[in-house]
Formats: sequence, C-alpha cells, structure tokens
Amino acid sequence: MAESSARVLPTPTGGTLPMVGKSDTKPTWCPGCGDFSVVAAIEMAVKRLQIPSHNVVIVSGIGCSSNLPHFLSSYGFHGIHGRALPVAEGIRWANHGLTVIGTGGDGDGFGIGAGHFVHAMRRNVDLTYVTMDNQIYGLTTGQASPTSEMGQKTKSTPTGVIEHPIEPVSLALASGATYIARGFSGDVKQLVDLVAGGIQHKGFAFVDVYSPCVTYNKINTFDFFRQRVYKLESAGHDPTDIVAAWARSLEWGDKIPIGLFYKTERPTYEDLEEVLAAGPLALQPSGLKGRESLLDEFV
Amino acid sequence: MTELGVRAGGQAGDGIASVGETIARCFSRMGRHVFGLNAYQSVIRGGHVWYQARTGDGRPHCQGDGLDILYALDKQTVDVHAAGLRRGGTVVFDPEKFAVPAGDLPTGVTALPVPTLEFARKYTSQSILQNAGGVGAAAFLAGVPLDLLHQVLTDSFGRKAGDVVNWNLGASADGYHFAESHASVNPSAPSKGGAPKLLMTGNQAIALGAAAAGCKFLAQYPMTPASGVMHWLAAHSHSLGIVVKQAEDELAAINMAIGASFGGVRAMTATSGGGFSLMVEALGMAGMTETPLVVVESQRSGPSTGLPTKTEQGDLNLMLGAGQSDFPRAILAPTHAKDAYLATIRAFELAESWQTPILLASDLHLSESHFTVDREEIAFDFEPSSLFTVQPNGHDYKRYQYTESGVSPRALPGQPGLQFVAGSDEHDEKGHLVGDVKAGIPVWVAERVHMMDKRMGKLRGLLANSEPLVREGPADAPLTFVAWGSTVGPVRDAMAQLTAQGKPTNLLYFPTVFPLDPVAVVKAFEQTRRTLVVEANYSGQFARLIRAETGVHLTNRLLKYDGEPFYPHEIVARGLEVMDHGGK
Repeated sequence: MAESSARVLPTPTGGTLPMVGKSDTKPTWCPGCGDFSVVAAIEMAVKRLQIPSHNVVIVSGIGCSSNLPHFLSSYGFHGIHGRALPVAEGIRWANHGLTVIGTGGDGDGFGIGAGHFVHAMRRNVDLTYVTMDNQIYGLTTGQASPTSEMGQKTKSTPTGVIEHPIEPVSLALASGATYIARGFSGDVKQLVDLVAGGIQHKGFAFVDVYSPCVTYNKINTFDFFRQRVYKLESAGHDPTDIVAAWARSLEWGDKIPIGLFYKTERPTYEDLEEVLAAGPLALQPSGLKGRESLLDEFV
Repeated sequence: MTELGVRAGGQAGDGIASVGETIARCFSRMGRHVFGLNAYQSVIRGGHVWYQARTGDGRPHCQGDGLDILYALDKQTVDVHAAGLRRGGTVVFDPEKFAVPAGDLPTGVTALPVPTLEFARKYTSQSILQNAGGVGAAAFLAGVPLDLLHQVLTDSFGRKAGDVVNWNLGASADGYHFAESHASVNPSAPSKGGAPKLLMTGNQAIALGAAAAGCKFLAQYPMTPASGVMHWLAAHSHSLGIVVKQAEDELAAINMAIGASFGGVRAMTATSGGGFSLMVEALGMAGMTETPLVVVESQRSGPSTGLPTKTEQGDLNLMLGAGQSDFPRAILAPTHAKDAYLATIRAFELAESWQTPILLASDLHLSESHFTVDREEIAFDFEPSSLFTVQPNGHDYKRYQYTESGVSPRALPGQPGLQFVAGSDEHDEKGHLVGDVKAGIPVWVAERVHMMDKRMGKLRGLLANSEPLVREGPADAPLTFVAWGSTVGPVRDAMAQLTAQGKPTNLLYFPTVFPLDPVAVVKAFEQTRRTLVVEANYSGQFARLIRAETGVHLTNRLLKYDGEPFYPHEIVARGLEVMDHGGK
C-alpha cells in the first residue's frame, strides 16, 4: 500500500448514536398512497436491526416513490431517473461498512433503469433494493409502466396496453439476485420482516412491493391485492428451491403470492473485489507517494 | 533539430504496433525524446495500420512530416508511405513477399531486401517472427546498438513462455547483421543521449495522474480511444488499491463514480464522445449535488460513431453544454503526456476543492500516441488533500450552506450527526427538496435563486485556480497561433520550422479551455498582430468559444476534420499564407 497513512472519519466523542427515524420533511405522497407503508417498514426494519442512522444510506432515482430518502433521518442520495442502483453500488464500493438501501418505483427500476437492475443482481452487490411497484407512472400523471397489465387503459395507452408486463420477481431470479421477496403495502408487518431480512442478507436483496397508487391506478388497488394475496410461508413454499420460486413468480390472477420467494448464498461483489479486502475504500490510503518504482515499466 | 523518422506498416494483426513501440523504446532508452504515432483502423485483422517513431536531438512534439526508414510488411505500405521518405532513406522489406522496383521509390531512397521469413524459419514455423528480422534491420539503420535492442525485446517478451525470447533475439540479430553488411546507418540516426526516458501514452499518463491524485475508484465502459485509461488502472488495481469497475454502460459508469465520490473516495470515469453523450444527465447531477467528479473525454472523429480510430477535437461544444441548465464546470485540455499527468492531478484537486465535475479533454492523438517524459518530470510528491471538510458538531449541519466561495462544508456517509440527502432536485441549504411542493411559493422562489447563485459562484473560484493561457515565442511575432489540446504539439513543431526559415511566430494556448478569463484573453489578443486558430474540427469550436466569451473574433482558421492529426508542414503552409495575406 501507499505510504500515506490510512484515514479515519472524524466522529464526535461521547453521546449516543441515534437510530433511523423520521426526518423533518413530511412525505409528499397522496393521502392513502401505498408508499407510506414502505417508508414505515424501512424505518422499522433498520430500527429492529439497530443500525445507527449515520451508517445507512438510502438511494433513489426519480418518481413519487423516489422521494423516500428525504423522509428518513439517514444519509440519502436522490439521483436521476433510473440510476439509483449504479449510485448505490458506487457508494457500497466506496465504503462497504455502510448499509445501502435502494428505493424507487417500477418505471425507475424496470423501465429506464432495467439494465442496471439486471447487472446489479448478477454482481450480487450487497445492498437491498426496495421497489414500490404501483404498475403506473404516477408523478407524470398516469401513463403505462413496464408492469402495467395487458389491456390496461392509461393516458398513454387509451385503448389499452399491448405489451406483456415485466414480472420483477422472475427477472430477479433470472438475473442472479440472492434474496428475492415480494411484499404488499397492505401488510406492513410482513413487509418489515422482508426488508429486515433483505438488509441482513449478504448479497443483493430485492423486495418488490405492491404499493398501490390511489390516484392513477384504479385497477391494481389495495382491495385488488387484499382479495388476491396469499403468503408463501403459509403455502409451504421452500425458498431454497429456485424451480418452485420460478413457478410461484409466474402466478397472477386470482391468487398472488407474497413473501420470500428465494434465498441463496453466493459470494458478493465486495467479497470478490480484492481491493476491498483491505477495508472500506474510503478509509484506505491513496496517492503514489513512495511508489517511484512504478515508473520502471515505462523505461 | 536533426531528426529521424522510422515507420513500420502492414495489416492489422501483423504486430505493427509492437514493432513500432520496440523501436520507440530503443530511442527512449538511448535517452532520446520520441513521439510515437499509432495509426490504425477499426478492424482487428486486415486493413492498413502503421506506426511512426520520430526521434532526434530535440523534443519532437508530433509525428513530423517525413520519414527515413520504412519497414514494410506488405506492398501497400510501400505504395502509401514511400513518397514520404527523405533523401538517404531506406525501405526494409522481404523480397520473398513482394518486390520493390527502384522506380517506385523517390530519388535518393534505397530498397533493402531482408530475408526476414528465412531468418524466422530457422527458429519456428510461426511467420510472426519475421518482424524480429525486420526490427533488427530497422534498428541497425536507426543507429540502435544491438545489445540495447535485445534488452528491449527481452523485456517485452520476457513474460512469454518457452523459446519466444530466444527466437526473437536470434532473428533480430540476423536482421541486424544482414543490414550491417548490406547498408549503412542513416546519417540522421541519433547518438546516445542522457539517462533513459520514460515512454508512455497520454492515456497511461492520465491513469498515472489519477493514481497520484488519490483516485480510488474508476468506473468505465470500453470505448476507443479512452479504454487505455481503464487498461492501465485495471492492471495496477490490486497493487495500488484502486477499484476499477467495467460498468454495463456509460450511464452506469458515471453514476457509479458519482456514488463512490459521494461515499468518500476520489472517483473518475473516462470515455469518448459517444459515451460522454450518455453521461450528460448525470454530469448535471454531479453539479447539482455538488459531488466532486473527474470525467476524461477522449475525443475521436464524429458525429455519431464517426471514425472510431481517428482523432478530432469536435466535442468541445458538447463538453461546454453537457447537462440541463447551468452548473459550474471546468474543462482542462492537456497537450502531451507530462501535461496530461499534471492536468489530471489538477482536475482532481479542482473537483475536490470546488465540489463539482471537472472535464479532462483529451483526444485520440493525445490518448494513444507515445510520448517521452524525463523521469524527474513525474514526481510522486503529491499529497491528496482531505475530503473531510467538516468536523461534526451535531447541530444544524447544512450540506449546502450559503458561503462566500459557494463551497459548502462536506460530510461523508458514516459520519454521525451530519446526515443529509444529496438531491438532484433543487434543494435548500439542508438539502431539503424545493423542487416539488415549495416550487413557485415566493420565499422558495428566492431560495432557488440564492442556491443557483451559490453554485454558479464557484465558477469564480474555478477560474482563479485554473491554469491561465500561455504564450510561447517572441511577443512581437508577426503571427500568433491559437491552439488547445494535442494540436499544440504539431503547432510547436511548425513554429520551429518557421523559425528555421527566419520567420519566428508565437503561440497562445489554453490549458484551461473553460472557464476563460475574458480580461486576460482580450489583453492577450490586443498584443497580437495576425492570428491563426488551429483546431481539429469542422466549425472552429474553440474560436467560437473565444468569440462568445470575449467578443474577440478570430477569422483565420486552419480546421481539420479528416481524422488525421495535424502535420507541421500543413500549419507552416497556412501560417505563411496568413503572414502574407491574412487579416487579423
């Protein structure tokens, strides 16, 4: 390593380190929005795991749900549309001592950001990605999303969607995520378990949450899901069985599964990136002082 | 200066770049300055490629105008390049492959048939070894001692298995001795100079500069001519403790670099015009979130995919305008390798000090050409300054606090009590959103203006801390060249030619192409007589920038957009024209 000494983050002495709570910014979502449950679930999950707020970074893109980082007292990065995951990965690699949580919507994650979604999962970066999937574009006032159902009429599809929807859980299975779950904003208790499990999981944890838009999606409502969801853990599903997980992920219609689909262990990107074995990158020495022999290769 | 040009040409896959680099390295080890131009096409096998190593008793700033030794692996090389041979020059070729009729060569140029394939067959059935005989013959003609050539070959093939090194040593000695008994050393061949020099590409210099500046993270997507930055850093990633990430695309690359910078390390990405086009939105985010970032934009011929392996300076407008609205940025334009090393360090310091993206404008000609650097010109004494600009006090921390300089105290995730949200939306001093429910409310309208003014105020600091324009040559010269980036090299060589003709000129060049100091620029042009802007693009983008920023209208222009680098003789010819007939 370079000769300059390793760095330490300046920290205050004494006192207690507060846990993640609500910030002084009130959520801007419509009354009744499913996303209130998601922000509450993330707050409770992080509290349950006793991770102090300064060690948590919540990263998002753009969309209604992507405003979420502003509503909690952790660090946050509210980026541009579709790019939450590469920012989150960069933060993890700069300092893998941090708990990094990506948040966003179905348009952000599965439309404009679909490429990053797939690649972050195959890398098994150790972060948790929670999507608030309302099957509609809300902030742009109601156009079709990548998860809108065939036939759904929206402002951009007045005669109905004519594209097959992306199924996020199936896509995650195909892409190599190592913790794949689906929650529902109508069941906060289960959602806290799923998010907490994702944060604890070593590897890429994906939690897709049916989080209804009460303003622009009149089909996939809270009632729609309440009538259809059932819990995988009560149905005898084995989350180590990828074939069973695949079959469950394709269920849609009268019965829609929620819970943990799949969980496996695989080395994370951070495990395999040798440079990070020396500790968080942000705390490692930098520069070339004392490395003059490096120039020999140019002679 | 007494100079010597050695050129090797053939088809892609023939190993031309390696032949050329071997010769270039022989010169640099002799303590001579070298410029090496690697000219190739966007094919992996076939097509015509060539490499020119130019050396002499001075410092060549570009590939130069002529050549003295041509090693031709195919007939096309003779057809394309023989006309450039100076009197006393030699063509090295293998008569088993093709003939070179004396009538095909300029007066005073001789053909030296060397049985390189025959030499190769003594050792192996692999015909690639023919290059060793050719290199040996060319090295003799160029005045390179055989033991020096053998050291260079041993160092380059040393890692290969089996007899490869010995075959190369044997066949190159065969070629060397053959030339020794059939020809004589070129009279312009360099004698031994001082201590061995370093030979590196612009990309390697940029990578080295990044490492020296304390860069800990590079995310990049492969694209010619920027890939060399990633290649060097990837090869040294473990030993230097730098994470190098090949991203899924340029969108990811720049966003990863921004994330890493936000997370607490110096971070960089590198690309060419196509990839940079994809990075535009995130560049603005780095400006808005006030996240330090260095972006290397190594230009190549456009528009669109353009000429992927050819040079241009056509992305200046793109770099100036990349991103929505206004945010502070600087664009640094190094001219050669040592300059690129120093400019990269400066880019990191500026990015860190002013918490904003800094662009390093390179181009294919700088990124991929070989330059020599004296060892003592590259010092590793740089101490990266601390990223932590705020000590936590736990009370009322404002990440985007209004300050005189526009720079606000920066905290890093992991520091207790300083949590904030970095937002791509407009925000207040604490980072709270102004972009949604507050927009349009009078108090927040004022807040928006205040925050915009704070960010843009950093431009003053960027300007005050950037390298000012440089004048080279006599102040009262009848002609002033105006250039930026790698074009400065051939301009310097052209100036030397003009001086030798008794026509001294001077040069104004711009290590920082943006921001420009209008007062300094106007003052500089008040002292010029006639000017000639030399830049490698269609519309004179830098001349337009000078006019936009200062009102100075420079009408004499030498613009080149054929993909080829400038040759000094082109600049000399146009310079003479302007001196005789041009307006101011």
